[in-house]
Amino acid sequence: MTARIGVVTFPGSLDDRDALRAARAAGAEPVPLWHGDHDLRGVDAVVLPGGFSYGDYLRAGAIASFAPVMAEVVAAARAGLPVLGICNGFQVLCESGLLPGALIRNAGLHFVCRDQRLRVESTDTAWTGEYAAGAEIVVPVKNGEGRYVADEATLDELEANGRVAFRYVGGNPNGALRDIAGIRNEAGNVVGLMPHPEHAIDPLTGPSADGLGLFVSVLKQLTAA
Amino acid sequence: MAKVAVDVMLKPEILDPQGQAIVRALPGLGFDQVTAVRQGKHFEVELDAADAAEAHAQAEKIAATLLANPVIEDFSVRLLD
Amino acid sequence: MSEQPYAELGLKDDEYARICEILGRKPSDTELAMYSVMWSEHCSYKSSKVHLRQFGEKAPETDVLLVGIGENAGVVDVGDGLAVTFKVESHNHPSYVEPYQGAATGVGGIVRDILTMGARPIAVMDSLRFGEIDHPDTRRLVGGVVAGVGGYGNCLGLPNIGGEVVFDPTYAGNPLVNALCIGVLRHEQIQLARAEGVGNKVVLLGAKTGRDGIGGVSVLASATFNEEGGPSKRPSVQVGDPFTEKVVIECCLELFDRGLVTGIQDLGGAGLSCATSETASHGGSGMLVDLDLVPLREPSMTPVEVITSESQERMLAIVRPGDVDDVLALCERWGVLATVIGEVTDTGRLQVRWHGDVVVDVPPASLADEGPVYERPLARPADQDALQADVPDALARPRTGAELAETLLRLAGSPNLASRRWVTEQYDRYVLGGTVLAMPHDSGVVRLTDDSDRGVALALDGNGRYARLDPYAGAQLALAEAYRNVSVSGARPLAVTNCLNFGSPEDPEVMWQFAEATRGLADGCRELGVPVTGGNVSFYNQTGATAINPTPVVGVLGVIDDVNLRVPSGFTRVGDVVVLLGETYDELGGSEWAWVVHGHLGGRPPKPRLAAERALSAALRTAAADGLLSSAHDVSDGGLGQTLVEAALLHGIGATVTLAGDPFVALFSESAARAVVTCADADVDRLLEIAAEFDLAVTRLGRTGGDTLDVTEQFTTPLDRLRDVHEATLPKHLS
Repeated sequence: MTARIGVVTFPGSLDDRDALRAARAAGAEPVPLWHGDHDLRGVDAVVLPGGFSYGDYLRAGAIASFAPVMAEVVAAARAGLPVLGICNGFQVLCESGLLPGALIRNAGLHFVCRDQRLRVESTDTAWTGEYAAGAEIVVPVKNGEGRYVADEATLDELEANGRVAFRYVGGNPNGALRDIAGIRNEAGNVVGLMPHPEHAIDPLTGPSADGLGLFVSVLKQLTAA
Repeated sequence: MAKVAVDVMLKPEILDPQGQAIVRALPGLGFDQVTAVRQGKHFEVELDAADAAEAHAQAEKIAATLLANPVIEDFSVRLLD
Repeated sequence: MSEQPYAELGLKDDEYARICEILGRKPSDTELAMYSVMWSEHCSYKSSKVHLRQFGEKAPETDVLLVGIGENAGVVDVGDGLAVTFKVESHNHPSYVEPYQGAATGVGGIVRDILTMGARPIAVMDSLRFGEIDHPDTRRLVGGVVAGVGGYGNCLGLPNIGGEVVFDPTYAGNPLVNALCIGVLRHEQIQLARAEGVGNKVVLLGAKTGRDGIGGVSVLASATFNEEGGPSKRPSVQVGDPFTEKVVIECCLELFDRGLVTGIQDLGGAGLSCATSETASHGGSGMLVDLDLVPLREPSMTPVEVITSESQERMLAIVRPGDVDDVLALCERWGVLATVIGEVTDTGRLQVRWHGDVVVDVPPASLADEGPVYERPLARPADQDALQADVPDALARPRTGAELAETLLRLAGSPNLASRRWVTEQYDRYVLGGTVLAMPHDSGVVRLTDDSDRGVALALDGNGRYARLDPYAGAQLALAEAYRNVSVSGARPLAVTNCLNFGSPEDPEVMWQFAEATRGLADGCRELGVPVTGGNVSFYNQTGATAINPTPVVGVLGVIDDVNLRVPSGFTRVGDVVVLLGETYDELGGSEWAWVVHGHLGGRPPKPRLAAERALSAALRTAAADGLLSSAHDVSDGGLGQTLVEAALLHGIGATVTLAGDPFVALFSESAARAVVTCADADVDRLLEIAAEFDLAVTRLGRTGGDTLDVTEQFTTPLDRLRDVHEATLPKHLS
C-alpha cells in the first residue's frame, strides 16, 4: 500500500509533469489534479508545482489562489493534509494565506536559473523528515519573482519557531530576506520553497538527486501512519 | 520639492495579456459584469523643481525617456499635493 | 477607379500587373493587401528560391526524413517509432524596434511552427548577434532580447539548451535574433497544414485578433533600416502572450491525440492571409471564410486589418463537422477561445466574406505558392580580392611564454569568448526534466521521453567573419562546427536547419554572398550526408548601403541512442590523458586572435575539411559508445587555447599539456575538424586504435589535474585567474 500524491495543474503550470515524475520516483502513486475541479480525488498529499500560472499576471500566484481546487486544498491543509508548494506553488500558498509573507521580483531584476546550495533548517515537517538537520543539498533555483519578504515581526516569529525550512547557502540568488528559501506552517504539514527539488531527482538530468528526499519524506510519513 | 504621478498604460491597440488574464478570471469570482481590464504602471516621482510647471516638464521628460516605452506605451503626468 | 496604392504596399509594377492578370480584374483592397504580404520577400522567398532549390537537388540519400522541405518544419525519424521536428527562424527586424517583444514573439513563432507538425515542443535555442559590446545601444538590445527570449521561453516551460551570443560592429543597428525549437512526436502523429474534405469547418483557435504588426512582413522584415538607424515605417509592435501560447499548446496536443483535427496551421507572418491560402492551396481545395466571425480585440478593424493582422498565439484548425462540438468543448476546458470562421469548399477558390459581401475571391495557390520568383543579378564584391589578399601573416605574434599566456587571457576575456553565464542564467534549462546537457556544453542534449534512453543533440553555429572572407567556405564552416559540436557529445548527426541572415537582395554583391553561401551549404550537407530539412531567410539586414557580414547560422540535429553515454565538454576527472584529435595548420584568417589583438579581418578563413569532419565524428561516436571518453570539447573560435580554458573551467580541473610545433599556431589557429578528448590511462590504447581506424591525426597533449593550466616550457596560469577574466566581461558591460 503506497501513498497517492496529487499534483495540481493550473493553466500555465510548467513543472507539473516533473513533480508527478518525482512522486513516482519516490515510490508514490502520482495523481494529476485539475485546477477547475472541486475535487482532490482522495489523495494523501498535494504538490502545487512550479510554472507561471495565469502567466504570473497581476501577481505571481494571485489568480491561481482563487481556483476551485484551491478551496479544497486550503480546507484539507488546515485539517492536516501534507501540501508542498514549489516556486509558483509557494507563491500560490502565500497568496492563499496558508503561509505568511510574499514573493517579489528578484533583487537583481533578472530571471535567475542556477544550481543552488540550500541548508535544511527544519526537519520536523511532513516533507523534510528524511534529511539530517542542517544538511546541505544542491537543487536548481529558477525564478524571476523569488525574493521572500515579510514584515520583521513575521520573520522573527518564523525564526523563533523553527519555521524557516530551507535557507540559501553560498549566495542568495534573489535577495530573499534572511536568505529564506522556504518556510513551513506551524503544524509542519504545509511547506513552500522557491527552489525545485523535483528537478534534482537524478544526476543525469539535474545537479544531484538531493531533491528526492522531500518526496521520500512525505511518503514515509504517510505509509508509517 | 514636488511630487508627480506618472501613469503608464499600453497603447490601446497593443495587446495587454495581463489585463485579459484578469478579466477572464473575474467571472469565476462572481464579478460577471466586467467587460475589460487593462493593467498599467503607476509611478510617484519626487523632484526638486523651481515651480509646478518645471516639475511637470521634468516628469514628462523622465516618463518619455525611461518610464514609458513610446513604441508600445502612452503615459500621463499629473502633479500631486 | 483610381490608381491602387500597390507601390506603398511594396509591390512592383509588374507584380501588380500579374495580380490583375491572375484575377482578370483589378484586385479589391483586401485582395491587394493579401498579395502584398504573401508576395513579400519574407513570405514568398522570391529572391532566394532559385538558390534554396539546391538543398533539395543536392540532398544526400537518406531514409530518416519523414517530412522534408516545404512544410512548416522537417520531420526526422530518430528510431523507436519516434520522430523529431526542428527549425530555426529569424526575428531580426522586430527585435531591433522593440527588443523584448521582438525576441519574445520570435520564440513564440518558431514554437508554433513545431507544434503545427503535431509535435510537443521540448526545447529551444537561440543565436544572437549584436554590435560591439561597448556600443552605446548594445546594453539595451542585449538586455531586452535576452529578457524576451527568457521571458517567453521560461513562461512557456521550454528549456533553453544552448545557442550563441556574438558581438561585432557589423551588427550594430542590425542585431540578429535567430530562435530554434525542437519537438518530439510519434510517427503516426504527424500533422500537415492541409485543408481537405469539402464541408469541413475552419476553426480559429487562441488569441483574439488585434492590430498587431499589420503589414509587418512586407514593411518590416522586407525593408532596410534608414540611415538614422530607426525603421522607416513602424507598424504597431506585436506583443507576445506566452501564457496563452502555453494553453494553446496543451489544447492542440490534446486535439491531436484525440484525432479531432484533419489539418492545422499556425498564424505567423501575414496572419490569416497566409494560413488560409496555404492550407487551401496544399489541400487542393477551396475555402470560404467569414471575416465577421473572427473575434476581434478592437471592433473597428477593417477587413484588410483582420486578414493581415499578425496577432500572436493563434492557430487555424480544419475540423470535421461532427467533431466541432468536441473541439469547442476541449478548447473551453483549456480556456482557449475557438471560433468556426469558415469551411472547406470545392470551388478551388479562397473566398472571404465581410458584412455579407465577398471581398476576396482568388486562387489560393496564387497567394501561397505561385508568387514571383527572381533571378537577381550577382556580383563578386569589389573589395573581395583585396580582402582575401590582406592575409594575417604579417601581424605581430606572441613569442615568449609570458606573451602567449597574456594572449590566452586576453582572448578568454574577449567579448566573443568570455563566459555566457550572464545570458544563460536567465534561461530555464531544467523544465520538463529531460535536459541532459545544456550550455556551456558544446551541444544541448535532451532525453526524448521518460520511458526511453533515446535522446537528441542540437547545436547552432555561425561565423559572419569567416563568411565575409569567403561565403562558400563560411557556410561550410558553420555547418562543420555544428556537426562537430553534436558529435563531441556522442551523438550521430542526422539533419540540418539553417537561418540565412544577409543584407539587401537588391544589392548584387549581397546576392553573390547569398549564392555562394547557399552553394557552400548545399555542397557541405551532401558531403557530410546530412540533409537540410528547412529553414529561413532574412534579407535586408543592413543600414543604408552597408550590409551586415553575411551570416548563415546552421543548426545540426543528432541522435544519441543512450543519453547515459553522453559526453560532457569539461574535464571531469583528475589524472585523465588529454588528447587532440585532428590536424592543426597555420590558419588565422578571420580568427578571434586576429580580431581581438589586431582588429584585423582579412585573408582566408580556415579550410573546411569535411572528409576529416566525418572521420572525426565517427571516431568520437565510436569512442563515446564504448564509454571511453570522460570529456570531449570541439576546437573552434579562439583555437586550442580557448578549448583548454573552457574544458578546465567547467568543473575547475586544470591540466598540464605539451604542445607540438609552433606554440602560437598550436594554441590559436582555428583549423577545423579538431577536438580535445580525455580518457583514463587504461583506455588510451583503444582510443588510439579508433583514431587510426578513421585515419585521424592524434596528439597526446598531457594530463588533467591541478588548479592551473600549465603549458610545458611556456607558462602556468592559475584557473582562478582565468575564471576571473572569463566571467567578468559580460556582467561588466551588460549589467
